[in-house]
Parts: sequence; C-alpha cells; structure tokens
Amino acid sequence: MITKKDVQYIAHLSRIHLAENEAESLTKNLEGILTYIEKLKKLDVADVKPTSHVLPLENVFREDVVRESLSQNDVMNMAVEKNKGSFKVPQVIE
Amino acid sequence: MKLNELTAHEALAAFKAKTTTPKALLETVKNAINRTEKKVNAFAHLDEIPYNSKEDAKAPIPIAIKDNICIKDYPTTCASHILKNFKPLYDATVISKLRESGANFLGHSNMDEFAFGSSTETSHFGPTKNPWNLDCVPGGSSGGSAAAVAANETIWALGSDTGGSIRQPASFCGVVGLKPTYGLVSRYGLIAFASSLDQIGPFTKDVEDCALLLNLIAGHDEYDSTSAKIEIPDYTKSLINDAKGLKIAIPKEYFIEGISPDVKASVDEAIALLKKKGATFTEISMPHTEYAVATYYILATAEASSNLARFDGIQYGLRSLPKEQRKTSLIDLYEETRNQGFGQEAKRRIMLGTYSLSAGYYDAYYLRAQKVRTLIKKDFDDAFKQFDAIITPTSPTTAFKIGEKTSNPLSMYLSDIYTISANLAGIPAVSIPCGFSKDNLPIGLQIMTKPFDEQMLFRTAYSYEQNTDWHKKRVNL
Repeated sequence: MITKKDVQYIAHLSRIHLAENEAESLTKNLEGILTYIEKLKKLDVADVKPTSHVLPLENVFREDVVRESLSQNDVMNMAVEKNKGSFKVPQVIE
Repeated sequence: MKLNELTAHEALAAFKAKTTTPKALLETVKNAINRTEKKVNAFAHLDEIPYNSKEDAKAPIPIAIKDNICIKDYPTTCASHILKNFKPLYDATVISKLRESGANFLGHSNMDEFAFGSSTETSHFGPTKNPWNLDCVPGGSSGGSAAAVAANETIWALGSDTGGSIRQPASFCGVVGLKPTYGLVSRYGLIAFASSLDQIGPFTKDVEDCALLLNLIAGHDEYDSTSAKIEIPDYTKSLINDAKGLKIAIPKEYFIEGISPDVKASVDEAIALLKKKGATFTEISMPHTEYAVATYYILATAEASSNLARFDGIQYGLRSLPKEQRKTSLIDLYEETRNQGFGQEAKRRIMLGTYSLSAGYYDAYYLRAQKVRTLIKKDFDDAFKQFDAIITPTSPTTAFKIGEKTSNPLSMYLSDIYTISANLAGIPAVSIPCGFSKDNLPIGLQIMTKPFDEQMLFRTAYSYEQNTDWHKKRVNL
C-alpha cells in the first residue's frame, strides 16, 4: 500500500510542501480512499471504451481574427511581484 | 409574508401590480442579511455593487452567486486562501446574462474550498450553518447558496455541481436545486474543478423559479467550447401539473442499507402521490451504481489536480516563501505557496489526482475509471430508452451535524452516493423538497431525465410539487 515516502513524492509532483505530521495523516487518508477505490478492479473492462467526455463534440474552431482582449496593464496589476511588464520570480538560471 | 420570503415569480407579479418595487425588495433582502447572516454565515463576501438600473429589466431580482463564479472587479476566491484578494478582470457568461436581465448581485456565497466537499466546512471563511438547525451542515459544496435561499437572505442563487454540489445542499436546506445537462449552461468564468463534470445551476424556492432562472442562464456560448449548440426552449412552458402517463423508473440500488428510514418514507410517499396522479412506476436495476463514488473520486481529482496547477503564486493570488534563511528557488516558491494556500481537503484531492495520473498508475486507476464511466452512462442510456424519468432520494440522510464527518474523508465522500452518477453520465437532475424528518430537517427528492430533456424534468417536478406544501415552508430565524 501507499507509504509516507510515496506521499512525499506525490506531494513533490503536486508542488506542495508537506510538513511531517501532515504527510502522516495524508498517508492514512489516502490509504483508506485507495482501498475503497480497489473495488473497480472487480469489473471486467477489457472490451469497454473509455469515456472522457459525455457530449459527442468535434473540434471547435473559430476564425483566426484579432479581437479585443484584456490589457497587459490590468493583468500585470494582479501579480504579486512584477518588473517592467514581466512577472518576477526567484532566479532560475545560475 | 415578508418581501424577502417571496419567490421570484411572486416578486415579479408584485412589481407588475405595483405593490412593491425592485429597490424595495433589494432593501428588504439586505436587511434580512444584516439580521441573520451572523447566525448562518452564508456569504464569503458581501459586496456593495451599484444598483442595476437596467430599464425594462426582465428579472430585477436579488441573487447570491457561489464564490467560484467570476464577477468583474469583486473578490471571487473559491473560499480559498490561495485566491485571497483575487478580483477577476471579466464577468462569467452567466453573470453577463444576469446583468442583462436586471439582476442585483448580493455577493459571493460560501462554499467548500474549490468545491471540494459535501458540507461547506472546508471554507477558508468558516462553515455555513443549516438555517433549519444551526448545529447542522447545509450540505456542500454550494452550501452558502442553499443556506442563503433557505434563510431568505436572497430570493434565489447560483451554485455549481460537479458530483452533487447543488442537489445535496438543496436537499439538506429544503430548497430546489438543479444541475442542468452538461453543456446547457456556459462554464466560462466558473473557476474549474473537474471540467468534464462541472455545471452551473439554480437554487430557488420552488420549481417555477427554477425554470425562470434556467431561462436566464442557459444557451450556447462561444467562450465555452463544450457548450452545446441547441435551441433553448422557454422552460416555463414545461410547468405542467399533469403526471398522467409518465413512465418513471426506480433503481433498486438507490434504496439500499444506509438510507435513513425518514428519507425512505418520504420518498415512498412522493412516489405514491405521483402514482395517484397517473404516473406508472417500475423498479429497475442499474448494476454499476455501486462503482460511481470510486469512479468519480478518480476522475474528478485527476481533473482537479490538473486544473489547480495554475495556482502557483506567480500571476495572481497568494505568494508565500519558505521561512528558512536560504536561497529560495522557483520550486520552493511553488511548493510553499501551495502549502500555505490550500487547505487539507484541497491538498488531499490534488494529491489523489496526481497519484492516479502518475507513471505506473494511469492504466490501473485513471483509464479504468474512464471505462467504468462508460458502463455507468450505459445504465442510464438503457433506462431512458424505456422511461421518461428516474426518481431516487437526493441523499441517503438528512443534514448531519457540523464536525460529524470531517475526520473521515471517505464517509464524507459517500454522502454524495446518489448524486454523483448524474455528473458522470452528463444528464440533468433536480432535487426538490419532499418532506421533513422527525427532527424537522428537510428531505429531498431527486428526479433525473435524459440529456437536454429539462422539459420532462420540470413537468415531473411540477406535477409533484403542486400537490404538496413542502416548498411553501419558510424558516424562522
């Protein structure tokens, strides 16, 4: 079953930092939920097609024309940190 | 009767008869909020939005909007710390449509964080209380919308339903709640939880209001590529009090152990009433019902883990950095922002979704769940070949106590056992009041029909409601 190490790994994939005690309680929770989910293995689905979406939709296209959109200024005003029209983040490249 | 206790159709009739005005109605509703909001906590944000003075407005009615539907320039936060101070730059399509109809927005109603929950207890703004019993939950995740309508703090409200988040709280609070067919109402401006399941829908005091509000929000939208290109009928034309000849199915899998005797008795009485009015009932089997909750918690969390990846502290919302004095990387910024910004249930669901999508587990969990979804949908397709509607309880129990299920996520998930399948199959489903338990808590009746047959849904619901008084009961707070 799922271990605390697995949980820390999934947390990293999810980009969530977890405190030790949180990882412990989540391990217990997730184990319970995954055990419940095991019941799907009882069904034979070898010949069943998957459903990702309920409507019989095809690709939806529109004309490729320029339309009014949000202003860069308004969008940048929502950012926590910005610099000359860019989002500011910690240094990525050494 | 006080103005704030009116239905929308009663208020519209009163405007026409000139016995009151939209402004007076709004004033009365705001006073009611001032009186009772402290007890109920139905709102996440109360907004002072300028009066909508649109002329010849079709429906100048006050409305509460779930905190995951964008209103331009007003905080829309999914009841989450990570979206604190977020003010959208645009209106959701349903909001633009409602503005056109003359609606007055009271603010954003409380909800489970990111709609993850069945009790409105995971909100960053604290739990909403059930107006019928303040020690009980209002249901969730749209608990604030349901409670606001039941407490007469609004005339009607919008919520969203991914696995029962409109119908279950409607049932717990004794109001009408509709999840429309997937694709009937635009999702543009609804902050996404699980995109293949989410739908916006109305909370109202009766079925007539439900049809009126659906008229105002339904329709194709080029900004939502999954919105259906169909002709929208006038749903008020389906308010027909005539059950004669209706062929209704009762799936036996919805009446199993775990259902409370009070709920079963009320639903049995509702069936007996419709029978008396000329409907025929047949017991059927929907063999994949028991797999719905497991299927849902794989698919919904997988979609959520992807949708919530956008909350990273860069473009808007919260940003948080680790406390230790060391050089911070971009990854540290993401991980600490999401650690501080998301509550326990949000973390749990994002991680469950990430797990089932991760290498080595995809086929065993995600792909298998998509296949079982096909089987669940087929159960409904088969039933609707022979029947006009399916009737079940909305929830196996009435509202539970605050705190009762918070320590056991699985028991919380199982409270949606009767509502989840409609989302997986994409069909419309409504919950309408059908009685009270011995301890005076509301009970809901669920009606489901085939996709885009909201007309049959309204006819069946109206034929029941018009022969009962449950929808006329008002809370005294």
